[in-house]
Amino acid sequence: MITVDNVSKSFTLHNQAAATIPVMVGASLQVKAGECVALVGQSGSGKSTLMRMIYGNYLTAGGRIMVGDLDVAVAAPRDILALRRYTLGYVSQFLRVVPRVPTVEVVAEPLLATGTDRSAAIARAEVLLDNLNIPERLWSLSPTTFSGGEQQRVNIARGFAHNYPALLLDEPTASLDGVNREVVMSMIEEAKARGASIVGIFHDEAARDRVCDREIDVTGFTPRAAI
Amino acid sequence: MNPLLNVTGVSKSYGDRIGCKDVSFDLYPGEVMGIVGESGSGKSTLLSCLAGHLGPDTGAVNFDTRIAGMRDTITMSEPERRMLSRTDWAFVHQHARDGLRMNVSAGGNVGERLMAVGARHYGEIREQAIDWLSRVEINADRVDDRPSAFSGGMQQRLQIARNLVTGPRLVFMDEPTGGLDVSVQARLLDLLRGLVREMNLSAIIVTHDLAVVRLLADRLMVMKDGHVVETGLTDQVLDDPQHGYTQLLVSSVLQV
Repeated sequence: MITVDNVSKSFTLHNQAAATIPVMVGASLQVKAGECVALVGQSGSGKSTLMRMIYGNYLTAGGRIMVGDLDVAVAAPRDILALRRYTLGYVSQFLRVVPRVPTVEVVAEPLLATGTDRSAAIARAEVLLDNLNIPERLWSLSPTTFSGGEQQRVNIARGFAHNYPALLLDEPTASLDGVNREVVMSMIEEAKARGASIVGIFHDEAARDRVCDREIDVTGFTPRAAI
Repeated sequence: MNPLLNVTGVSKSYGDRIGCKDVSFDLYPGEVMGIVGESGSGKSTLLSCLAGHLGPDTGAVNFDTRIAGMRDTITMSEPERRMLSRTDWAFVHQHARDGLRMNVSAGGNVGERLMAVGARHYGEIREQAIDWLSRVEINADRVDDRPSAFSGGMQQRLQIARNLVTGPRLVFMDEPTGGLDVSVQARLLDLLRGLVREMNLSAIIVTHDLAVVRLLADRLMVMKDGHVVETGLTDQVLDDPQHGYTQLLVSSVLQV
């Protein structure tokens, strides 16, 4: 489902003496349906960068990133938007929402975007919020004022609202307590069971060992000159 | 799917000064494109050329009309273009007073656009006007008040109601949230986002506010000195800007 093939990336800082910083060369990995692959490596080694490149959030300098049958590295914006709508989900570390929009709407939005009937989308959002132990009295409020852990759970609910065939998870369990981590673990296991391909970053080793089938050390993709 | 709007090689200069130079892009149904750049970068000139307010020196602006398919709106006759701007197009000005009749009631402002496309039944026009006022969160009891008695944010929402009442397919917006305080901006953005999805609108939004385009636009075009220096997916351009000017623009935003 996800194939990263010989991918490279560098950042050019035009306003800081046009410094070019190579951050990745020869990155390759493959994730089959129903498989969860963990990206590991120390902070700053490029785990999030690689994940953002798969999502099309960062441009790719060279190589191929196939998600389904679309090469994200060269795809047009509208093809990437369609991919994100139907195929590729992303749970980032931070929730970014429009002010004033109620939590339940925030979670239902990915489903509405796929054309799901409004009442079905809201019902699904409510089930997810309930599973993730967000109290019902908060559902009609905007999540902008929620605690860090609550925001993260809203973010996870949103990321799992639609059954994406491919999922990117950037530290989904980072600021969660034991009970909620367990909920998220079982959501990931369910997604695998229905055949989703997952790429994840988990600093929590116990979580990683439990849901991930393989680990890929991104330090191996760091350009030699930068070491 | 065919593009709704196909722009090729649009240039406009004011004497020796460049307004915008050789701009080309496609816009598809339901897509929202943001145009960003500092003052004087040519973004408003470009928008005026696209919306038929200004004749470009060269280039073509093809629009997928309901009746005749793709037509170049620059070479079409003035009455045809006027008809388009009353039906399939809408233009939201930065200053609501440029897009409203200030001496006509709020309901009249919305109704006028309906009458321009042939509505004649007073009761129905009034009913639709009230319906649209409520959709933009203006109380029905304000329908007979003049916009001059409205706050800035209400005027802007009224302008949006007036524009969308005829069910356009393409909306041009010039700094729609400029000059409004942040809480009013948030409300307006939320409203616009809802309407864009509900009505499957395509929109071109000119702004210098990067937060606005992050929330509203699918794609981004960055302009500098009349030239397009970078295009791409909105979050990609903002998070991984390639051009020096875009990097400067993104890094200049104050963090709250």
